[in-house]
Amino acid sequence: MMFETLSTRLGTVFDKLRGRGALTEADVDAALREVRVALLEADVALPIVKDFVAHVRTKAVGQDVIKSVSPGQLVIKIVYDELVATLGAETATLNFNAEPPVPILMVGLQGSGKTTTTAKLGARLEKQDKRKVLMASLDVYRPAAQEQLRILGEQTGVAVLPVIEGQQPVDIAKRAMNAAKLRGMDVVLLDTAGRLSIDEAMMREAAAIRDAVRPTEVLLVADALTGQDAVNTAKIFKERLGITGIVLTRIDGDARGGAALSMRQATGAPIKLIGTGEKMDALEPFHPDRIAGRILGMGDVVSLVEKAKDVIDQEEAAKLEAKVMAGGFDMNDLLSQLRQMRKMGGMEGLLSMLPGVGQMKAAMAANRVDDKMISRQEAIILSMTQEERRKVAILNARRRQRIAAGSGTTVADVNKLLKQHRTMADMFKKVGKLGKKGMARMLAGMGGGGLGGGGGLPPGFGR
Amino acid sequence: MSWFGRLKEGLSRSAGALSQGLAGVFGSAAVDTATLQDLEELLISSDLGVQASARIAAKLGEKRWGPTVPPNEARTALAAAIAAILQPAERPLDVTTAKPFVVLMVGVNGTGKTTTIGKLASRLRGEGKSVLLVAGDTFRAAAIEQLKAWGERAGAPVLAREAGADAAGLAFDALTQAKTQGTDVVLIDTAGRLQNKANLMAELAKIVRVLKKVDPAAPHAVLLVLDATTGQNARAQVAAFKELVQVSGLVMAKLDGTARGGMLVALAEEFGLPIHFVGVGERVDDLQTFSARAFARALVGLES
Ligand SMILES: Nc1nc2c(ncn2[C@@H]2O[C@H](COP(=O)(O)OP(=O)(O)OP(=O)(O)O)[C@@H](O)[C@H]2O)c(=O)[nH]1
Ligand SMILES: [Mg+2]
Repeated sequence: MMFETLSTRLGTVFDKLRGRGALTEADVDAALREVRVALLEADVALPIVKDFVAHVRTKAVGQDVIKSVSPGQLVIKIVYDELVATLGAETATLNFNAEPPVPILMVGLQGSGKTTTTAKLGARLEKQDKRKVLMASLDVYRPAAQEQLRILGEQTGVAVLPVIEGQQPVDIAKRAMNAAKLRGMDVVLLDTAGRLSIDEAMMREAAAIRDAVRPTEVLLVADALTGQDAVNTAKIFKERLGITGIVLTRIDGDARGGAALSMRQATGAPIKLIGTGEKMDALEPFHPDRIAGRILGMGDVVSLVEKAKDVIDQEEAAKLEAKVMAGGFDMNDLLSQLRQMRKMGGMEGLLSMLPGVGQMKAAMAANRVDDKMISRQEAIILSMTQEERRKVAILNARRRQRIAAGSGTTVADVNKLLKQHRTMADMFKKVGKLGKKGMARMLAGMGGGGLGGGGGLPPGFGR
Repeated sequence: MSWFGRLKEGLSRSAGALSQGLAGVFGSAAVDTATLQDLEELLISSDLGVQASARIAAKLGEKRWGPTVPPNEARTALAAAIAAILQPAERPLDVTTAKPFVVLMVGVNGTGKTTTIGKLASRLRGEGKSVLLVAGDTFRAAAIEQLKAWGERAGAPVLAREAGADAAGLAFDALTQAKTQGTDVVLIDTAGRLQNKANLMAELAKIVRVLKKVDPAAPHAVLLVLDATTGQNARAQVAAFKELVQVSGLVMAKLDGTARGGMLVALAEEFGLPIHFVGVGERVDDLQTFSARAFARALVGLES
């Protein structure tokens, strides 16, 4: 079952409201009921949802509804901005402010990804920051945990403290610090065993490790798939260990990631890094705007826009924009759109940036939308004359037949493409009125994300 | 300690909040709309999901309550409503229907697959069955060593190849060997994978295909291990693994923490899969047969 996107939900709430003065309390409350459900479905913890909704309420009541924006969109914007602000406006960096070797302590629940994250962080600090890193596993409980870190260190070429059988965590930590000092290393990453927040003995052990090495960072490694428990766990780890930052793992899954908001709010600690895959370089800085879009079910809108920006040749974009503003979106423009889409990694690449991709892929498979289809459409346009591409209106039955034969497709295929072009041209006309920002959104939308709700498929790809 | 005792020990710590909340909800007066809404919220914060919570709360609202509701009575009713949903899922895993009985353990990274295999192996050995463990996670660093350690604890041999080897080929050999040796149960570990990674899911499907070459009925059970801390994404996990490798039953690990695993209720309603076991700790005997009633009662903070 797919979750409804917030925009669809709010669309229903606000259908009657279009273009009416300011948002009233009643309007806002109706909208916030939907926001509440959307946040809960995204796994934001209930107490956090309540605080957040109350906060948004004060911001939303009395806001003027601008003509070109629907009340629903206005509320989404307020919610989105507030989410971004709450998640942390600036990118947080790691604190190395101590005499080297600087200890960093990794803590978290069982199976949250501590060891993998430790190894990734070690590799990143060595490669990008040119710091000399020593990693040590203090996990003497889980079978083969120390061996796991040793192998990962071997793979990435980052030093790992050799294991002394039977040595206890606090002593391992001290030995790691001494070894790093002797070898003139910059950073010591201490990987610990997974522990439950309510496991008194294990939490005391973690505190003892912290007190023995006085780390500049105590990073809570947490799973992006976490549900309501995020708030309990994060709170207790904060209370007991004074965590200084959060690393959110498995962001490459298709969870909505509400745990990010829960943990950030419950601890006040910034999210410093995110784990984006199983490979050793899949560790990235945290961008609140992306997670905010994802929590609201808007797809990774921002990533898409950024990626599109990278790829789209600036000149071509400028040209297209001018044309779109003027309302003339022709077949050549569609052609260049199709090609951009391919450059960005094809449908698969684009789709993998969106949450709920599994279902979407299934939907697309059902509609047979794939990279082959993009090639086919390209072929159809290439079989048109320049005149036909500019003036779609002249494409009568005879011309369509010729184009179908020329591109090895059917007239039905040609008609489908024409219909798609028309939808897009119409959309562009609407967006033209929204100006540059709307334009960027729309380009993102063409790749499959977009604000439009409605399944998020590119126009014409729906069914 | 009994199943309930063990689960309760874990859950009572976590159910504290819910129970307290319930006392707040029911302690005072009649069940009115506001009370039901509070109740709904309490279920939501146990990860039952918005929809299931609303349904259960509404159902409780239909019941005829007196002018005041004793907290225990309301709690009992809530537990009963949850147990009723879970009841059809209470189906134990019967490994005697085939020999060798092949179990494929699947799930997202870090949910508890390898540990569950270790615990399950130990339990089966305790019942006098011969068990072969198969180190099918050839990807994650030291996954093989981890399973070997569990094999030692459980007293079960482990079949493994070098890291990076083809897991499907290993599974094929394992089943062939188990057949000739007359092994009772084969437990195959697999690498954790996110359900939205099509290529990794295809690899899992390949293991199933290859097993069928040796025995068309294998694997006889495909167990999806869920992490109790996982929220709404558990639904996507079940849907994807079910579709790709025909999951036959669920295991929920880490119920000894603060997470309440309420997703099980929503999952039981939606997918109708059996829930075979729950994991309540890291020790070898911390695997318990699932009981709907005990789970439901522990969830709302009632004695068994
Ligand atoms: N507290 C608790 N911890 C558990 C339970 N089951 C597993 N764990 C722990 O969770 C962590 C991950 O368990 P694994 O069995 O390695 O999980 P996995 O699914 O095999 O992980 P990958 O193979 O890496 O995908 C380990 O630290 C286990 O000790 C449980 O029921 N309760
Ligand atoms: Mg494993």
